[in-house]
Amino acid sequence: MADAHDRDIDTDAQRSAADTAGAAMRKPRTALDLPALRAKLADRQGKAYWRSLEELAGTPEFEAYLKAEFPDQAPQMLDPLERRTFLKLMGASFALAGVSACTRQPTEKVFPYVQAPELIVPGEPLYFATAMPLGGIATGLLVESHMGRPTKIEGNPDHPASLGATDLFCQASVLGLYDPDRSQVIRQVGDVQTWANFTAALAQLMTAQKASGAGLRILSGTVTSPTFAAQIRQLLSQYPQSTWHQWEPVSRDAASAATRRAFGRPLDTQYRFDRADRVLSLDADFLGGGPGQVRYVRDYVTRRRDPETMNRLYVVETVPSNTGAMADHRLALRPAEIAEFAIAVARGLGVGVRAPQGVEAHSKLIDAVVRDLQEHRGRSIVMAGEWTAPGVHLLAHAINDALGNAGSTVLYTEPVDAAPTDTAESLRALVAAMDAGTVELLVMLDTNPVYAAPADLEFGARLAKVGTRVHYGLYVDETAELSHWHVPAAHYLESWSDARAYDGTVTILQPLIAPLYEGRTPHEVLDVLLGGGQKSSYDLVRDHWTAEWSASGSEFDVRWRKAVHDGVVAGSALPALNPTWTSRPTSWGADVLPAPPAASPDALEIAFRPDPTVYDGRFANNAWLQEVPKALSRLTWDNTAQVAPATAEKLGIGNEDVVELELNGRTVRAPVWIAPGQAAGVVTVHLGYGRRRAGQVGSGIGFNAYELRASDRPWSAGGLVIRKTPGHYGLACTQHHHSMEGRNLARVGTLEQYRDNPHFAASKSEADKSMFEPYKYTGYSWGMTVDLNACVGCNACVVACVAENNIPVVGKDQVARGREMQWIRIDRYYEGDLDNPATYQQPVFCMHCEQAPCETVCPVNATVHDHEGLNAMVYNRCVGTRYCSNNCPYKVRRFNFTLYNNPQSDVLKMVFNPDVTVRSRGVMEKCTYCVQRINFSRVRAEREQRKIRDGELLTACQQACPAEALTFGNINDADAKVTRHKAEPRNYSLLNDLGTLPRTTYLAGLRNPNPALEAKA
Amino acid sequence: MAVTERREPPLEPPPVIEPGHTFASVTEKISAVVLTRKTSLGWYFGFFIGFLGLQLFLVSVTYLFIKGTYIWGVNIPVGWGFDIINFVWWIGIGHAGTLISAILLLFRQSWRTSINRFAEAMTLFAVACAGMYPIIHTGRPWLAYWLVPYPNTMNMWPNFRSPLIWDVFAVSTYATVSLLFWFVGLIPDLATLRDRSTHPAGRFIYGLLAMGWRGSAVHWHRYETAYLLLAAISTPLVLSVHTIVSFDFAVAQVPGWHATVFPPYFVAGAVFAGFAMVMIIAIPLRRFYGLQDFVTMRHFDYMGRITLATGMFVAYGYMMETFMAWYSGNPFEKYMIYNRFFGPYAPLYWLLIFCNVISIQALWFQRVRQHLGALFVISLIVSVGMWLERFIIIPVSLTRDFLPSSWGMYYPTFWDWSTFIGTMGLFVTLLFLFVRVLPMISIFEMRTLLPEAEVKDEVA
Repeated sequence: MADAHDRDIDTDAQRSAADTAGAAMRKPRTALDLPALRAKLADRQGKAYWRSLEELAGTPEFEAYLKAEFPDQAPQMLDPLERRTFLKLMGASFALAGVSACTRQPTEKVFPYVQAPELIVPGEPLYFATAMPLGGIATGLLVESHMGRPTKIEGNPDHPASLGATDLFCQASVLGLYDPDRSQVIRQVGDVQTWANFTAALAQLMTAQKASGAGLRILSGTVTSPTFAAQIRQLLSQYPQSTWHQWEPVSRDAASAATRRAFGRPLDTQYRFDRADRVLSLDADFLGGGPGQVRYVRDYVTRRRDPETMNRLYVVETVPSNTGAMADHRLALRPAEIAEFAIAVARGLGVGVRAPQGVEAHSKLIDAVVRDLQEHRGRSIVMAGEWTAPGVHLLAHAINDALGNAGSTVLYTEPVDAAPTDTAESLRALVAAMDAGTVELLVMLDTNPVYAAPADLEFGARLAKVGTRVHYGLYVDETAELSHWHVPAAHYLESWSDARAYDGTVTILQPLIAPLYEGRTPHEVLDVLLGGGQKSSYDLVRDHWTAEWSASGSEFDVRWRKAVHDGVVAGSALPALNPTWTSRPTSWGADVLPAPPAASPDALEIAFRPDPTVYDGRFANNAWLQEVPKALSRLTWDNTAQVAPATAEKLGIGNEDVVELELNGRTVRAPVWIAPGQAAGVVTVHLGYGRRRAGQVGSGIGFNAYELRASDRPWSAGGLVIRKTPGHYGLACTQHHHSMEGRNLARVGTLEQYRDNPHFAASKSEADKSMFEPYKYTGYSWGMTVDLNACVGCNACVVACVAENNIPVVGKDQVARGREMQWIRIDRYYEGDLDNPATYQQPVFCMHCEQAPCETVCPVNATVHDHEGLNAMVYNRCVGTRYCSNNCPYKVRRFNFTLYNNPQSDVLKMVFNPDVTVRSRGVMEKCTYCVQRINFSRVRAEREQRKIRDGELLTACQQACPAEALTFGNINDADAKVTRHKAEPRNYSLLNDLGTLPRTTYLAGLRNPNPALEAKA
Repeated sequence: MAVTERREPPLEPPPVIEPGHTFASVTEKISAVVLTRKTSLGWYFGFFIGFLGLQLFLVSVTYLFIKGTYIWGVNIPVGWGFDIINFVWWIGIGHAGTLISAILLLFRQSWRTSINRFAEAMTLFAVACAGMYPIIHTGRPWLAYWLVPYPNTMNMWPNFRSPLIWDVFAVSTYATVSLLFWFVGLIPDLATLRDRSTHPAGRFIYGLLAMGWRGSAVHWHRYETAYLLLAAISTPLVLSVHTIVSFDFAVAQVPGWHATVFPPYFVAGAVFAGFAMVMIIAIPLRRFYGLQDFVTMRHFDYMGRITLATGMFVAYGYMMETFMAWYSGNPFEKYMIYNRFFGPYAPLYWLLIFCNVISIQALWFQRVRQHLGALFVISLIVSVGMWLERFIIIPVSLTRDFLPSSWGMYYPTFWDWSTFIGTMGLFVTLLFLFVRVLPMISIFEMRTLLPEAEVKDEVA
């Protein structure tokens, strides 16, 4: 519009100019020299525009006319350097001047690679050892880095807690690094601040504390880091009256309370499942989570491989868990009943405790367990879970002692925690001080108490009474919101630090990347408190270890380099102790073993558990973890009020009904989920949801179970009231059908069956016979086996696959519509009794069928078989008819219904594996057997003029699997592990009747039930 | 006298053209619809409704192209939903046209003359609707041409083992032959319109389309030959197209798809649905344009019989599916039938049985076949029933296949419906344009039905 207007004005101006020029021409004038004009035009280079012969000639009349008409512009119009050119040049000079004018650039010389650095080869990843602490406990890792960008987490084979495998949290943590919602700057009440200002402000506050230090409080999670602990000790010696509080939402308080009672001091208990023939788990989910889980899975599964020496697992638990799903005998009991069960077993084994109450119904199982444990003295384990009362832990210790397990299968060590604390008590003390108004400066290090503290402490309200509140964390979370200062934390992949594993082994954490934002390590923050603030965390950690090792110079350097390189500090594992009992079971009264509450069939209890994927809420903003179907329930993106079928029936509630849970006057609303195998009368709620300020992914989903939690009953509580509301809440579940419908899919037999007929799982079908000569694979021929006897359903493979293969997250709505994208799904089937069913888990991914149904129906040849047996997917060729998926009997293909892989932030793109195509809209995808890894190994092997060695090439899922349930390799190689697995009698193909000849086969699961108990059935 | 005639069923069936017509009156009556009669408000109204539907289709497809098949209810395990249901449904509807034109021509069923033109038009429009779906149902519709074998520098060919490629050939052949057949049949009538048109534009356009037809004996000779040849080419297509469409399912191994009964069962179903659609169109057309003289009760009687016969074929198909599921002893097949009978979509299955098996039993009675209202209602029911049949076969079979862990449900979304209704809009729009600008009944063929057309041995 404006343009058009301007143009009108121009036209008018030209017209009037022409008129005036006409008038001027009527006057006598200088004659035009036409030949000169021709010459002038001929001399010009480029296009010459002229409006009139006068202008062209530059006659005086024309110049006079111009001056009269445009007095200001005339010089420019007549100038050879005309106005537009001038402006162009001026604009360019201003722009160029502006580029360099603002700051004086420091002299920084850049050098091209004349000689490339030793290690960096574009396209070749590097691996660095580090460790991920969770609740202080570290898992050793090797992190894959592409050109300085960490993309994938693997376990560190040299690390005792990993042995090369990981759990799902480690796998997903790389996404946490690139989370665009991470806190990026230091804030003071919402304003952006500098580190210098922060250190200055803190120095001032600390000076004020110099006198007594009584107003200074530090709150952190449980700490195993030696450097951190040393810094804290130094701080406490400088400010003797200040207090350090440790608190974790998922604590190990009960275990340490029990050892304190039994041995007079807190000790850690480690279990050697590789030496145990019989295991009794008292609500201990050692295969599903907790310190040492990855290692425990490996050790436990080792004893299930050989049918001759197979172990036996009894599980008594309240909430169905992965451990319960693996059990040979499982019993679902309420928490108080578990204690009675433990008492009964303890008495049976000669521990002098009071008589159990109300366990008559289970006497057969108890007798069998007692006899079985007695027969395996010194080769059994009784383990109490974190969720049980300290009394149950004590009983477990007493039983292990009575059985002579202590010292052989059960090892006691000094605690890995730097300062073992009853964290609930510690937090309570802090809150009391806050309430009393004596806390002047509270520094909260990597903890989020405003969200996660038990509701009865009213932490948020009491925080207001604290003089200055400093929060340090990865996110501007609920606590940061109420703090005066917030300092962004560096992700562990950006940090120099150290941490201990479950067995005490120290790993020195080294950064894979410089902090993306202004993240700091806790060591730097503590250094500020100590009056420093200049040292880098590298120096702080090194200084600590210089002192620790009392070594310096080259001796230190050698040791340091080795520790950092290996990811373990050699010999740092804590030695086993032989503690003496300071408390005899006969002395345990009602304080340790309270009488069970009067049995009332209508009484409801609540059980709290950390969420299987978002843990205590710290991973709420991790979309990979949100979208991983939770073990057993197969739910995504939500937590629920999980009830037993019998309870649901009694209360008249069903899945997705909304109920109001009331406990001690506090209420939350939660959707119902019916969980077969849950103890009747117990409602399980998972922590970690209902975050208000988690980030774009995690805020506002689920409900906050912490709002019901009391600090004195962290894991279970009676007196729950449920009220049904008319509401309905849709849940995104990835598996809706729970029975195998009599189809022989996940094949599991008993040890006895196996001894009778090792081929019990094999099918008699002849569907694999063909009239045609099969294709001859002359080179490699890839194949895989899945050992159902080993798989514990931990989900590590699922997240590893997501991380390795750039699998998009689709969100709750799309999952609810059946469009989740994970290439691996863990099918879970129930069998038998609704209240305590046998549970089978079966990972399913592309089977790479030799006679693949998908290949024949694709109209454009987008999915084809390759010369090594892979069922390859050609993304570029796929037009998206979805016919292949329809015809896939395993339904393992995943379709990009829209542009799912569309990171809204550039930083999220850094997590992509550069070796794997990022699939676009309208394209089918599925498991490729990690073809990029195959090709990487192939290139390396060919360069070294050899074949790919067995075990050299691991798929992402296989590498992550703590149970070594997945084996991948060349089935043309008779010595390969995968070939040997396929030759085992337990080997079978899923849906083999269809004649698809899957390359991924299963090894049937085995259960080892107690014959004494089987007689009943 | 009249009363007794009514009571006794006439020995002779009703005529295919009412008595009293001459060459001139037939020509006048049919061409007047196009050339001289004032376009009725009803036409505008109907066209407007169709046009609205067409706009809905354009909006739906535009949104689909922007977002992807994400806007539909399809998922994993149900990769095909309304898209392929509607594809098969529309293709099926097209079948009656070819059957009437080609097979009945070859069998010298002269009664077909008054309905073949619009039945063929219906075929074309239905195939146009159907042909849209395979393209828009892909995840990347801009690459749908990769299904066509075309020479290219990369030497990439489609997968000739895939039934979808067979579909490409079957449907495109069918569309081409149907168009040619229809157009060739129109040429003499286009010449009539050219000659009768008073408007220069009409003369020009019809003249162009008439391709210089002058009605000479040579023209007629060539026309008859060409028409007969095209009829012979079309005849196998009636069987082949739906046979191949059924291969999309029969070749796959999904329980509920993988059945050898599919080809004949699909062809019968297609003819069944097609005749129902012919009646749905013919009954109102006959009424609004006063064509009772040309489309007589005898036509409806015959169409009712064919509907009944093909409906019974289809019922036999249902029976055999159930029987084979039991007889095969295959647990997956057995479960498939169990799921149809009692699963979450069972009400739709029983509605299908009502529509396609029970409702058509009324057609055994001549009274029903002679009652236009009843025929219209039954035809509508059959159309719904055949749509439900495809719903039961395609998504319902996919919801529960081999591994119970991956079972799911299929719920169509707003955009599924809008695309479906949109193609109906396209169909109605094309149909209304057709009756307005082209003779909906073959003029010259109707004239051959007149007594005057009979060649008599009166040569002296």
